[in-house]
Amino acid sequence: MTAFGKVVRTTAFKLSAVYFFVFTMFAVVFVGWITRETDSFLTQQVRDTIEAEIGVLADEGLRSGLTGIVAAIEQRSRIPGASLYVVTDSKGRVVAGNVTEVPPALLKMSGLDPVTVPYKRLEGEAAHHIAMVQVLPLPNNFRMLVGRDISEIERIRDVVGRATIGAVGLLILLALISWFFVSRRVLKRIDSVTATSRRIMAGDLSGRLEVTPAGDEFDRLAENLNTMLDRIEHLMHGLKDVSDNIAHDLKTPLTRLRTRVETTLAGPERTETYRAALEATIEESDQLIRTFNALLMIARVEAGSPDGAIGPIDISDITAEVVEFYEPVAEEAGVALTLTQDAALPMEGSRELISQALANLLDNAIKYVKSGDHPPAAPTVAVEARRVGEEIVVSVADNGPGIPAQERTRVLQRFVRLEKSRSQPGSGLGLSLVDAVARLHHGTVAMSDAGPGLVVTLRFPVQT
Amino acid sequence: MRILLVEDDRETASYLIKALREAGHVPDHAADGEEGGFLVDSNKYDVIVVDRMLPKKDGLTLVEETRRKGNDTPVLILSALGQVDDRVTGLRAGGDDYLAKPYAFSELLARIEVLARRRKPGEAETVLKVGDLELDRLSHLVRRGDVNIPLQPREFRLLEYLMKHAGQVVTRTMLLENVWDYHFDPQTNVIDVHISRLRSKIDKGFAEPLLHTVRGAGYMVRDGVR
Repeated sequence: MTAFGKVVRTTAFKLSAVYFFVFTMFAVVFVGWITRETDSFLTQQVRDTIEAEIGVLADEGLRSGLTGIVAAIEQRSRIPGASLYVVTDSKGRVVAGNVTEVPPALLKMSGLDPVTVPYKRLEGEAAHHIAMVQVLPLPNNFRMLVGRDISEIERIRDVVGRATIGAVGLLILLALISWFFVSRRVLKRIDSVTATSRRIMAGDLSGRLEVTPAGDEFDRLAENLNTMLDRIEHLMHGLKDVSDNIAHDLKTPLTRLRTRVETTLAGPERTETYRAALEATIEESDQLIRTFNALLMIARVEAGSPDGAIGPIDISDITAEVVEFYEPVAEEAGVALTLTQDAALPMEGSRELISQALANLLDNAIKYVKSGDHPPAAPTVAVEARRVGEEIVVSVADNGPGIPAQERTRVLQRFVRLEKSRSQPGSGLGLSLVDAVARLHHGTVAMSDAGPGLVVTLRFPVQT
Repeated sequence: MRILLVEDDRETASYLIKALREAGHVPDHAADGEEGGFLVDSNKYDVIVVDRMLPKKDGLTLVEETRRKGNDTPVLILSALGQVDDRVTGLRAGGDDYLAKPYAFSELLARIEVLARRRKPGEAETVLKVGDLELDRLSHLVRRGDVNIPLQPREFRLLEYLMKHAGQVVTRTMLLENVWDYHFDPQTNVIDVHISRLRSKIDKGFAEPLLHTVRGAGYMVRDGVR
């Protein structure tokens, strides 16, 4: 594409062209209208003047006859001004007046309306003047012409015409200036968006679009795109974390499994040894399958709503069921498990997924409430579910050692297991599933200090 | 029991066929959907086990066609997809049970046996009996010998399920799915704790234990005399 073609194809150029066209049309129509109005006003004035003079001369004629009119005209012709007078006799010779040349045919006509004609005032004048004249018949075939020079109106027309050209020129200039600014400002910003997105496409996800303090549409667009990029970057980081963690958390047990089988095969052929190794292998592969399933589940939940799973549910039923499900486990562990909740907490959601999320939270709470150096004298896990405004708030609180504030958001990530929990069974995926389930329901999960202990709070907005 | 296994992976199939024979069943094998459909039409099976993804004819299509022909042989669908919605599509197509890969053979065997039993008449018994243990499904009363045993509603359903399948291995997953309607895997051995609680109620103080643990597989309610 040529450089000119490129410019023509830009939005700024097209917009400028449209502005220019519209404003020119507007200016032409406006100036034309003013010209017409002015013209007709001035013409009307000339006509009125002619009419008034004819009136005066007619009075004179009534008073003193033809000679009076001729005398009056001779007197008036000597006064310099725009008024024109001619009186001719029956042969068409000029008897009196201040005009030397008029079209001869003119004096033969007569009419009530003034007409516009060229004339010469002085003998030997090169150019014709323009006048508006009216011809009246007088007694004895004499004729009288009364008129007024209208070159003044012509001059005004010229001025207006020049003004129009000047205005259109100015508009072209303004259009060029606005085009310059629009292309400088707008195109520059669009180009910067293009450049940034190219950089991002090339793999640099940390790039962000520039947001100026102007707060215009471009800034809003840039803000939205930046939010989108944040989300994409977050997802990409998640993906990278997952692949790193899969590498670690799946490869480690696989290596262990393989080594066990290999060393068993290399060792003495004893049935008991083989049996023990095979049993350990099955156990290990079951754990691997569990981890794998949990990962798939999280990916699935994060990808969006699983069809058929979302429907009308009652959170109070779900919490009651899950608490009942875990109650024997808590009792066996010597942990008091309590449930306080509103009678009915209806919302739209997945019973299966919220049950699983709650089960994970209860599992963790019961597992960790007694950990740490100073286990509580009366370990308690308290589940609460309430409607607060437009949200259903479910919390699981324990009075155990809790999680240090700086580690609380970290444990929501996949595979993150705090060092002291490494010895406990678990994949480190429980809380990330809780997080994914909360987000699927447009809700949030938050951790706070129960003083002592940890409270995990799930908030689900109630859709109306 | 005559079992048809429609599975395209030769190694898995030969391993399963061998294991099913050892468990005392008579298995047939089809390696693709078309062959499976032919065998279903020409033989009478107690249970059909179908892999979901098959060459030539997809497993779900095979099940749908079988049902359209009026054949109501119990079908167990095997699949690498294990999510709730996949399960729902599988069951909607006419499957009776759904098992996600990879599975333990003990789990598959337990489900096959429960499915085959489901067809037998007399399922609507109101009183289930195992030895001297009686469970009345209408009055929700449980007694062993002369002793009334009070149970929580969930414990009642747990025992009911176990007694309905008395003499059969019932896995933890089957209990989770059928008693609690949960299709996820709780990280802790929650089911074991529920079972031991139930056991303390129905077996404690009686000479003959009825609720048995089947190592590596699950649980079974059985009258020890048989």
